Amino acid sequence: MAVSSSSHEDVHNPALLHHFATEEQQRDASNLGMWIFLGTEVMFFGGLFCAYLIYRLLYFPDFAAASRTIDAALGGTNTAVLICSSLTVVLAIWGAQTARRGVMIGCLILTMVFGLAFLGIKGVEYKQKFDEHHVPGPSFNFENVPVPGHPDQMANPRHAQIFFSLYFIMTGLHALHMIVGLGIFTWLLWAAWKGRFTPEYHTPLEVGGLYWHFVDIVWIYLFPLLYLIDRH
Amino acid sequence: MATAIAQPVERENYLNKHYGVGSWLLTTDHKRIALLYLASITFFFFIGGFFALLIRLELLTPAGDLVQADTYNKLFTMHGQVMIFFFLIPSIPAVLGNFLVPMMIGAKDLAFPKINLLSWYIYAIAGILMLHCMLTGGVDTGWTFYTPFSTAFSNTKVIEAGLAIFISGFSSILTGLNFIVTIHRMRAPGMTWSRLPLFIWAHYATSIIQILGTPVVAITLVLVVAERALHLGIFDPKLGGDPLLFQHLFWFYSHPAVYIMILPSMGVVTEIIACFSRKRIFGYSFVALSSIAIAVFGFLVWAHHMFVAGISVYAALVFSILSYAVAVPSAVKVFNWTATLYKGSIRYDAPMLYAFGFLGLFTMGGLTGLFLSALGINVHVTDTYFVIAHFHYIMVGGALMGYLGGMHFWWPKITGRLYPEGWARLAALIVFVGFNLTFFPQFILGYLGMPRRYYDYSHMPEFQVLNVLSTAGATVLGVGYLLPMMYFLWSMRYGKPAPDNPWRAAGLEWQTPSPPPTFNFETEPVVTWEAYNYDEIDKGHKEVPQVVG
Amino acid sequence: MAGNVDALFIFLLIVSGLMTLLIFVAVVYFAARYRHQPGIPAEQIEGSTPLELTWSIIPLGVFMVIFAWGAVVYFKGRTPPRDSTEVYVVAKQWMWKLEHAEGQREINELHVPVGRDVKLIMTSQDVIHSFFVPAFRMKQDVLPGRYTVAWFRAIKPGTYHLFCAEYCGTQHSGMIGSIVVMEPAQYEAWMSGGTTGPLSASGEKIFSELGCQTCHRSDTQGRGPNLQGVFGKPVLLEDGRTVTADENYVRESILDPGAKIVKGFKPVMPTFQGLVSEEQLNALVAYVKSLSQSGQNGGETAKPATVVPSQGPANRPSKGK
Repeated sequence: MAVSSSSHEDVHNPALLHHFATEEQQRDASNLGMWIFLGTEVMFFGGLFCAYLIYRLLYFPDFAAASRTIDAALGGTNTAVLICSSLTVVLAIWGAQTARRGVMIGCLILTMVFGLAFLGIKGVEYKQKFDEHHVPGPSFNFENVPVPGHPDQMANPRHAQIFFSLYFIMTGLHALHMIVGLGIFTWLLWAAWKGRFTPEYHTPLEVGGLYWHFVDIVWIYLFPLLYLIDRH
Repeated sequence: MATAIAQPVERENYLNKHYGVGSWLLTTDHKRIALLYLASITFFFFIGGFFALLIRLELLTPAGDLVQADTYNKLFTMHGQVMIFFFLIPSIPAVLGNFLVPMMIGAKDLAFPKINLLSWYIYAIAGILMLHCMLTGGVDTGWTFYTPFSTAFSNTKVIEAGLAIFISGFSSILTGLNFIVTIHRMRAPGMTWSRLPLFIWAHYATSIIQILGTPVVAITLVLVVAERALHLGIFDPKLGGDPLLFQHLFWFYSHPAVYIMILPSMGVVTEIIACFSRKRIFGYSFVALSSIAIAVFGFLVWAHHMFVAGISVYAALVFSILSYAVAVPSAVKVFNWTATLYKGSIRYDAPMLYAFGFLGLFTMGGLTGLFLSALGINVHVTDTYFVIAHFHYIMVGGALMGYLGGMHFWWPKITGRLYPEGWARLAALIVFVGFNLTFFPQFILGYLGMPRRYYDYSHMPEFQVLNVLSTAGATVLGVGYLLPMMYFLWSMRYGKPAPDNPWRAAGLEWQTPSPPPTFNFETEPVVTWEAYNYDEIDKGHKEVPQVVG
Repeated sequence: MAGNVDALFIFLLIVSGLMTLLIFVAVVYFAARYRHQPGIPAEQIEGSTPLELTWSIIPLGVFMVIFAWGAVVYFKGRTPPRDSTEVYVVAKQWMWKLEHAEGQREINELHVPVGRDVKLIMTSQDVIHSFFVPAFRMKQDVLPGRYTVAWFRAIKPGTYHLFCAEYCGTQHSGMIGSIVVMEPAQYEAWMSGGTTGPLSASGEKIFSELGCQTCHRSDTQGRGPNLQGVFGKPVLLEDGRTVTADENYVRESILDPGAKIVKGFKPVMPTFQGLVSEEQLNALVAYVKSLSQSGQNGGETAKPATVVPSQGPANRPSKGK
C-alpha cells in the first residue's frame, strides 16, 4: 500500500521504517533529531553554567579556594579517559562503515570500559569530598581555608558551599548522562553483536556516537571551570 | 462531494482499524496519540477549571469565608500549574498538531512515532504525579515558585509539584523535536516551505521555543528541588544565594512559554479565516515570518516580569523596549487577518465565530500588554488583577478560543461526524460574553489596586462589586465550556456522518477521508499548488487531484 | 507622581481604545459587507508590502513614544530626591515594621507629612514581599538579604491603603496597612509623642556595644577604615574595583566583610551574620550615614572625604564628586 516514489525492486531493508520514503530520509531525520536533542541538552546544562558564571563572578576568591580542594589530577585523568572514549566511538563507527566487525565490537567495548573508568574515578573523587566534609548539607564544613594568594583571608564557607552545590549538581548531572550513555551503548553493543549494522545502515551507531561526543564536550567545559579556577 | 447518508459498511479508518485498550495504549499512530492527549488534557482542564470556580466563589465576598487562607493559596497555585503545564502548553500542539502536522505536509506519520507515544506517557506520568500531589496536600507557592518562599518557607509539597512539572517538560520537548524534524524532512514532494499552511509555520515556531526554552525551566526546577531537599543556598540570601537568580532563570522559559501557548492558536485562526473567507491569507510571508519573529524576540524579554523586583533601572529600560519590539509581529498578524476578510466570501459557521472572538479578545489582551510594557504603568499594575486580566485575555480569550475553533473546524476530519452547528454557534457566543464579563472587570480592579493572590479583601469592600461581576461571568463562561463537551460527545455517536471535506477547505488533510485511514494517504501526494488555493477550489475544479504515484 | 502615571495610562487607554475600535469596526464591517453571496466569489489578494511596512512601522513608532514616556515616569519614580526623609522598612511574614530616621517605630502604619519626599529603605526578614501603595502609584519588591529603595511624595492628607503585593504565604492578604498623610502641624504633634531618639543614635549605641569602634576609629590608627564621611562616596577596593558606599555596601560590610576589602587594609573584620537583627542593621546604616558631612543623604555635595589606612600607602578615593 504505501509505496515510495523510488523503484519497486528495492531490497526492502528491514531497518527502513514504514513511514519513511527512503533510507536516506530516515537517516537524515534521525541525525537531525539527535542534533536537536543535543541542542536541548545544551540549554539544560546552560542554566547551570549560567548560575555558575554569576556566582563565580560574585564570589571569585571563595570559588578559587574551593576549586583548589578538588583533585585536578583525577579530573585531568578523567578528561583523558573521556577523550579516548570518544576516539573509540569514532573507530567503532569506522569499523561499521568498513565492515570490520571486530573493530566495531572491540571499540564499542573499549568505549564502555572507558566510560566505566570515568564513573569509577568520579566515585573516588566524590568519596574524597565526602570525607573532607565538602558535601553541601548539614555536615558541610569549610572553615579556615585561605583564599589563594591571600593567606590571611579565609574563604567564606557559605559561598564555598554554593561552589560545591554547583560542583555536585553539574558533575552529577553529567555522570547521570554518562550512565544513560552506557545504557545506550549496551544496546548498541548487543545490536552490533547481532549483526544489525552494515556499511549501508549503522544510523543508531552514528546517533549514539553524537550523544557520547556531546557528553564528552560537556565534561571538557566542566573540567577547567570547576577544577582549574585560579590555578597557576 | 458531501454525502449525508450513513454508509452501510464503514470504511476502514484509523479509529476502527484495531480495537481494544492495548491498541490505543501501544499505538504509534499520530492520530490516536492526538486523541490520547485530547482525553488527558480535557481531564486536566476540568480540574483546573474546578479550582478556578472555587477561587471565584471565594472572591464573591470580601471576607475569606469559603476556604481557609492556605487552601486558597493552594487553589490559585494549582489552577495555574494545571492550566499552564497540563492544559494550555500541550493543548493545540499535542492534539491538533499531532493529528494534523503529518497530514498537512503529506506524510504518513511524524518522524518519530514511538517518541511521540513516549511523549504522551511522560505527560501521563507527570500528570499522575501532579494529581497525587494535589490529592495529598497540594502546593501553595504560586505557579511561579518564587524563592526563598518555595525553597525555605513553604510547608507544602513543593518537591513533588516541581518534579511533576519537570517531567511534563520533557513531553513538551519531545513533541517540539518531533515537529521540527518532521517539518524539515518529511514534506511530500512539491511541498516547499512557501507552500506550507501557516498552521505548520506556527507549529514550527512553537517547537523552536519548546526545545530551547523548556530545558531551562527544567534545570531551574531541579535546582529548586535540590535546594529545598538539601538546604543548599543557591537562591537563599541567608546562605549567600540570590533569589533574583531564580526569577531570571524561571522567566527565561516562562515568558517564551506564553508564546508556546499562543502561536499554535494563531496558526489555527489563520486556517479558519482563510477557509471561511474563501481566500488566501493576506500577506502569507509576513504572517509566516511573524511567527518566527515572535519565537525569536520572545526569548529576549523575560525580565519584563521583574520591573519592580529589584533589577537595575538600565536593565528595565532594555527589557521594556524589547517588549515593544515583540508586540509588532503580533500586531502585524491581526492586521493581516483583518485584511483577509476584505473582499472575501464570508460564512459564519462556528469555527469562524471562534476566530472572530479570537480577533477581538486577542487584540484587547495584546493591547493591554502595551500598558504592562510601559515601565511607569507597570510599577502600578504589576502584581494586581490587571496582569491577571491581561494574561487571561490572551490565554483564554486567545489560545483557548483558537483551540475550540480548531476543534470544531477539524472535528469532522478527526471523528467522521458533524457536531450540531446551532448549539456550537450558541456556545461560541456564550463563551465570548461570559469571558468578557469575567475578565474585563479585572482590569479595573487591578488599576484600583487590588493585588493578586488575595483571598480576603475585607479591608477593601469597595472591590466587591467588580468581583461579583467577574464571578457571574465565570459562571456563564463555565456553561459555554460545558456545552461543547456535551455536544461533541453526543456527536460521536449521534452526529451526522461527515463528508471528506465538509468545509471545502484547502489543505492536504482534507484530501483524505473523514476519518482518515491509518497511514493518511493512499498514495503519496505530490504538491503542485500554493497554499490556500480557494479560487481553484471554488471555481469548481474538483478537489485538487492527488497525483498518482 | 501619581498624576504622571495616570496621564500615561489615559494616553494608552485612548490609543488602545482607538485601535480596538478600528479592528472591531473593520472586522464587523467586512464580515457583514463581504458575507457570502452566491455567484460572487472571493477576490484573491496576495498582500501588499507597502501596507505591511506601514502597519509595522507606524505601530512601532507609537510604541517607541509609549516606551519613552513610560521610561521617563519610571526613572523619576526610581530616583529618590536628595534630602528625602528616610524611613527604614523591615517586612516580615506577615507585617510591616517601619522606623523613621527620627526614631519613631510603627507597625503596619506609616505617618508622613503632606508634601514631604519620603524615601523608603526596605529589606525583608524572610521571603520576598512588595510594598504597594495604589494611591501613590508606587510599588517596590522587598527582598531578603539586601536593601531596595522606593520613594513618594504625598500631596493630599488622608489615609491610604498599603498592600503587600508579592505572594508571601498564608497571610499574604492580611499583610495590609495604611499610609497616614497628615498636615505638617499634626505630624509634628504626632512625632513628639514619644520616641527613643533618632535611629542614628541607636545605631551609635549598637556600634559601641558591638565593639566596632575598636577598629573603626575616628583617626587613622584603626585596623579598619575611618567611617567619617565614607557614606555615599566611592571606595577603592583591594582588587582594583571602585564601588559606592551606599546602604547595601554598608550592610554587606557588616554581614560579609570579606566580599569587598578596602585597599590598604587587611581582611580581618569578623562577620556579624546572625549577630545583628534587621532593625539593628538599619540603625547601624543610619549611624554610618550620619557620619558623612551632610548628614542623612549620603552627602554628594559634601567635601570629599579621605580614607587613610593605618598601614600601607595613603589612599584617597579615586574621584571626588
